[in-house]
Amino acid sequence: MTSELDIFVGNTTLIDEDVYRLWLDGYSVGDAVALRVRSGILEQTGATAAVLQSDTMDHYRTFHMLERLLHAPPKLLHQLIYQIPPSRQALLIERYYAFDEAFVREVLGKKLSKGTKKDLDDISTKTGITLKSCRRQFDNFKRVFKVVEEMRGSLVDNIQQHFLLSDRLARDYAAIVFFANNRFETGKKKLQYLSFGDFAFCAELMIQNWTLGAVGEAPTDPDSQVDDMDMDLDKEFLQDLKELKVLVADKDLLDLHKSLVCTALRGKLGVFSEMEANFKNLSRGLVNVATKLTHNKDVRDLFVDLVEKFVEPCRSDHWPLSDVRLFLNQYSASVHSLDGFRHQALWDRYMGTLRGCLLRLYHD
Amino acid sequence: MPGKLKVKIVAGRHLPVMDRASDLTDAFVEVKFGNTTFKTDVYPKSLNPQWNSEWFKFEVDDEDLQDEPLQITVLDHDTYSANDAIGKVYIDIDPLLYSEAATVISGWFPIYDTIHGIRGEINVVVKVDLFNDLNRFRQSSCGVKFFCTTSIPKCYRAVIIHGFVEELVVNEDPEYQWIDRIRTPRASNEARQRLISLMSGELQRKIGLKVLEMRGNAVVGYLQCFDLEGESGLVVRAIGTACTLDKLSSPAAFLPACNSPSKEMKEIPFNEDPNPNTHSSGPSTPLKNQTYSFSPSKSYSRQSSSSDTDLSLTPKTGMGSGSAGKEGGPFKALLRQQTQSALEQREFPFFTLTAFPPGFLVHVGGVVSARSVKLLDRIHNPDEPETRDAWWAEIRQEIKSHAKALGCHAVVGYSESTSICEEVCILSASGTAAVLNPRFLQDGTVEGCLEQRLEENLPAGCGFCHIPYDELNMPFPAHLTYCYNCRKQKVPDVLFTTIDLPTDATVIGKGCLIQARLCRLKKKAQAEANATAISNLLPFMEYEVHTQLMNKLKLKGMNALFGLRIQITVGENMLMGLASATGVYLAALPTPGGIQIAGKTPNDGSYEQHISHMQKKINDTIAKNKELYEINPPISEEIIGSPIPEPRQRSRLLRSQSESSDEVTELDLSHGKKDAFVLEIDDTDAMEDVHSLLTDVPPPSGFYSCNTEIMPGINNWTSEIQMFTSVRVIRLSSLNLTNQALNKNFNDLCENLLKSLYFKLRSMIPCCLCHVNFTVSLPEDELIQVTVTAVAITFDKNQALQTTKAHVEKSLQRASTDNEELLQFPLELCSDSLPSHPFPPAKAVTVEKTSPMGEGNFRNRSAAPCANSTVGVVKMTPLSFIPGAKITKYLGIINMFFIRETTSLREEGGVSGFLHAFIAEVFAMVRAHVAALGGNAVVSYIMKQCVFMENPNKNQAQCLINVSGDAVVFARESELEVVSTQQPAANCQPACTGGEVTT
Repeated sequence: MTSELDIFVGNTTLIDEDVYRLWLDGYSVGDAVALRVRSGILEQTGATAAVLQSDTMDHYRTFHMLERLLHAPPKLLHQLIYQIPPSRQALLIERYYAFDEAFVREVLGKKLSKGTKKDLDDISTKTGITLKSCRRQFDNFKRVFKVVEEMRGSLVDNIQQHFLLSDRLARDYAAIVFFANNRFETGKKKLQYLSFGDFAFCAELMIQNWTLGAVGEAPTDPDSQVDDMDMDLDKEFLQDLKELKVLVADKDLLDLHKSLVCTALRGKLGVFSEMEANFKNLSRGLVNVATKLTHNKDVRDLFVDLVEKFVEPCRSDHWPLSDVRLFLNQYSASVHSLDGFRHQALWDRYMGTLRGCLLRLYHD
Repeated sequence: MPGKLKVKIVAGRHLPVMDRASDLTDAFVEVKFGNTTFKTDVYPKSLNPQWNSEWFKFEVDDEDLQDEPLQITVLDHDTYSANDAIGKVYIDIDPLLYSEAATVISGWFPIYDTIHGIRGEINVVVKVDLFNDLNRFRQSSCGVKFFCTTSIPKCYRAVIIHGFVEELVVNEDPEYQWIDRIRTPRASNEARQRLISLMSGELQRKIGLKVLEMRGNAVVGYLQCFDLEGESGLVVRAIGTACTLDKLSSPAAFLPACNSPSKEMKEIPFNEDPNPNTHSSGPSTPLKNQTYSFSPSKSYSRQSSSSDTDLSLTPKTGMGSGSAGKEGGPFKALLRQQTQSALEQREFPFFTLTAFPPGFLVHVGGVVSARSVKLLDRIHNPDEPETRDAWWAEIRQEIKSHAKALGCHAVVGYSESTSICEEVCILSASGTAAVLNPRFLQDGTVEGCLEQRLEENLPAGCGFCHIPYDELNMPFPAHLTYCYNCRKQKVPDVLFTTIDLPTDATVIGKGCLIQARLCRLKKKAQAEANATAISNLLPFMEYEVHTQLMNKLKLKGMNALFGLRIQITVGENMLMGLASATGVYLAALPTPGGIQIAGKTPNDGSYEQHISHMQKKINDTIAKNKELYEINPPISEEIIGSPIPEPRQRSRLLRSQSESSDEVTELDLSHGKKDAFVLEIDDTDAMEDVHSLLTDVPPPSGFYSCNTEIMPGINNWTSEIQMFTSVRVIRLSSLNLTNQALNKNFNDLCENLLKSLYFKLRSMIPCCLCHVNFTVSLPEDELIQVTVTAVAITFDKNQALQTTKAHVEKSLQRASTDNEELLQFPLELCSDSLPSHPFPPAKAVTVEKTSPMGEGNFRNRSAAPCANSTVGVVKMTPLSFIPGAKITKYLGIINMFFIRETTSLREEGGVSGFLHAFIAEVFAMVRAHVAALGGNAVVSYIMKQCVFMENPNKNQAQCLINVSGDAVVFARESELEVVSTQQPAANCQPACTGGEVTT
């Protein structure tokens, strides 16, 4: 006796959260059944393995049919075929678009292309995440990227509108899309200590301050086509950053800056002497990062540079985070007292964001 | 020109990409009704076209309005080649033809293609303007309401229940016409869908005409079926119960009305032939009139206005006997005489109802059924389907005579079915023989006085169990005892019925689903030989099924079966029998005896031991079941008073059919004169039987199941319901199949299916599967297909315990209620007579309390990201009601037929993927139609057919599904104004106070 056909269709589509998770994690029906058996469900419910097998198959089939709709979540809401309560719809979407930290760290900043997709095998082996799950996560990234790529307006809002994600998840996707678009390098060995959260935090700051969308908040011409983009860094701004060069190129200005910072921080900093000794190096590092951002290559290496030029030197001198904060605050603020320096606004736009990023990046 | 149909095509969405080059579609729409077609403009390059068309107007006969479906075809415009069809929508406009139902059909309909399934949606608005007066309708039958519900619909009252209506139409099946060889599968499927739609429209119209002839205005319990006879044609047949229904505008409005019957009478001016006796009876016994909720005056007036024109339905004899009754003669005899005369006028005194207005059902005799094996031949003249008519007439005649043999003049819970394999067809009909109260049956001649006094003599809760037949001249040997409730009338010791449990029946404990399953191998044969072989097997199958049911019932410690449905399915090389019913313990019937086993060779010691071991196991199971289903009848100390020295304490014996009042089919199931015998384990077969008895696993704790509308003993449902369909097909290994192996396979199939359901629905615990409906078919040689549709309803566990107790108390109290008490609470029956309303008004509180868990609150929960959902929830249920809610309006019948075919079975996920998607699509289309009618639920939903055929080698499959139900609008009880429930509750619900205390 073999079961040729075995289906269950409810007027309200049944969603089993546990099975959904197994499906999302890319387990085959057989593996999923084995995992469910191990969870002790048979003892709890008195069911047999055959029942579990049939139930799992059924759920997998349902998920497979829903997957097409999950690719465009608004469709899931408006479709008539599966009657799913809104709370369950939200759960289906949120979980489908959720991703693994380990996975996202592997592809963050990489071009979401076929080439990267081919590497998924290796990522799967490396992270222990099933290839199927890797594919889903990668395809999600790519899908979101494709949809919002050409759109105007807030990146987070666009994602939320077209994928109905929660605020948190939409922000994460905004970071992923932003990183993919600007191809920031995140995979270098010295960046391994950084979490996705760290990058996402920086991405958010950069989107808020360094993109075209950021300046778009001021009343701009609504007809202009280029503005209001959250994806790309503001080219003009990057060009202007060259002006900051004077802060390190002009010897007097650099000395003045240093003395202002040192005066203000004397006695307040545990690592004052180290700071004093390193000030010029650190300042040069930070300002050079800014001036190089006109080159795409250097934009990509932004995080590598920040870690190399600032995080690592401080860390080797055992700066506590509070001292880093004090220093960066003072470092940024003191520029306002430099009479010969005319690019205060530019400096604030640059340093405001950079300060936030650096504080986030500064940890073990 | 009796009607103008107006259609507007608004927009489309989610259309499929039809032009690969642009990834877009140039869609336009054809709207067709009858022979007229309109087209919209092409909306270029969009998957979400906005046509916003003008109103397309069709001027048509009302006959066409009833028969024809509105056909909407969405196409992709192609400049150079033929336009490609995207899909179609068929809209049945029947609900727009009667005033109380929907006024407009407006909404998003899935665009359906028989090859690709649902491909996007289209927004359509449909209206009908009817120009003529009501009289004109009589030529068609517009205005006759149809209900699938097999009880009086909730917001109506039955003025008269006229009786049986049936009709069938036949045609050639397009699939078997010569043209099918040259046309595409899509064209063939669409031709079939359209033909069946037309045929059902025609059938409905014809039935409507019969109803109008009978002076009714509605058909209740309408059941329409298709017989796909293959080469020999396509039969669409329907049965139903013609009624005259009155709309209850609101609960508040009808309650006062029942207190003032005379006032209402004055309002009817055309009362030409007033019967003075009739009129005086009202005021002379005012209190008794009030006992009845529904003022009888209205029915009088109808009678008088119609009696002179009525053809054969008004029993003139009843008129005379009326006055005699007032003198207080032998009521029962008179009643019978009256009813009989009322019913004898009818060709078939059958009723497709399974639940009845209070007082309608007087006595129940038992199940009557008849089967007949026929050889199909080509239907030569589709306009005169005489052969098929004659076949059914024959069977109905048989049923009628069976009922008569049981001393009954009517058959209730009546249904008909067929099973076809190649050219052999088994026709089956079954029902429950019963004695009915004539009050609802005839157009007058009924004196409230007579009946009511009679009713008072009949104790509530047990009257229907009392035998209708003469105990000295019983149709079969049966053990009778005095009723355990009233101690006045005789009752059988076991009762089988096809109806729902009457609401006033006193039940102890809970009920449970009982199934008998059986397979019999049959040699492959042709034509006559085949038919003969089947005919010969049938009696044995009936006998076996019956024995199994009886044994399983006893094993559960119960004494009555409700909702019994025995399905015999014929295949190439086997016959399958599946009987489902809900077992209960009726307080009025005696405690069932146990089961005793005896060995063949009593001298063999070890054998004896084995037997006694089995016996112990059986006894243990019975004891366990009694505990599980809370069957603890009060030990009656009055047995001494019983004049019948019934050897009740002695355990009853297996296979002693003699004790039952059951099916009177062709065969005598009573084992002749052999009054009692022991189950002899004399062969492996018998051993198997006993084993299979013991292997039936009870549902896991927290689960109950029944195949009736509601579960006795549970009455605090929450609003959380889940309707589902589950289909399983197994392939038998063809190697030397034996009957036993087959039985085991089939048994396992059903048991596993149930287990899967329990597992799947475990999150709903405590929960009851209601209206569990199994259908078996044998699509191929080695395939068995089982389809189950049911609804799972969560109930509140804590309250269940309390209210059950209260319920028992209440029923006990009721049983002892004498006339005086009845007079003190004259309105009690009034409230009860809301036909079988399963929720006492006190429940409103319960609902509010439990609803946060139910589906009803999804809208509130949706506050999160998905708040902008536009799709309204449509509930579907096979029951006639929605738990925790009140049906406020019936919008019309839903009767849909779909075909789905694929030539890429593997790509669509194999047979399971294909059928899963199709059933989901069918649900979606039903919901969309209901929503477009303005409804939010389908009640009495049934999947009447699910014919699945596969050819995996060719990567093909085809499936036909037929579903029906009643589209309704419901409102949550908590949403309804509390005032309306409070008002009656204040003064006329003494019986419910028990329930109120517990909430």
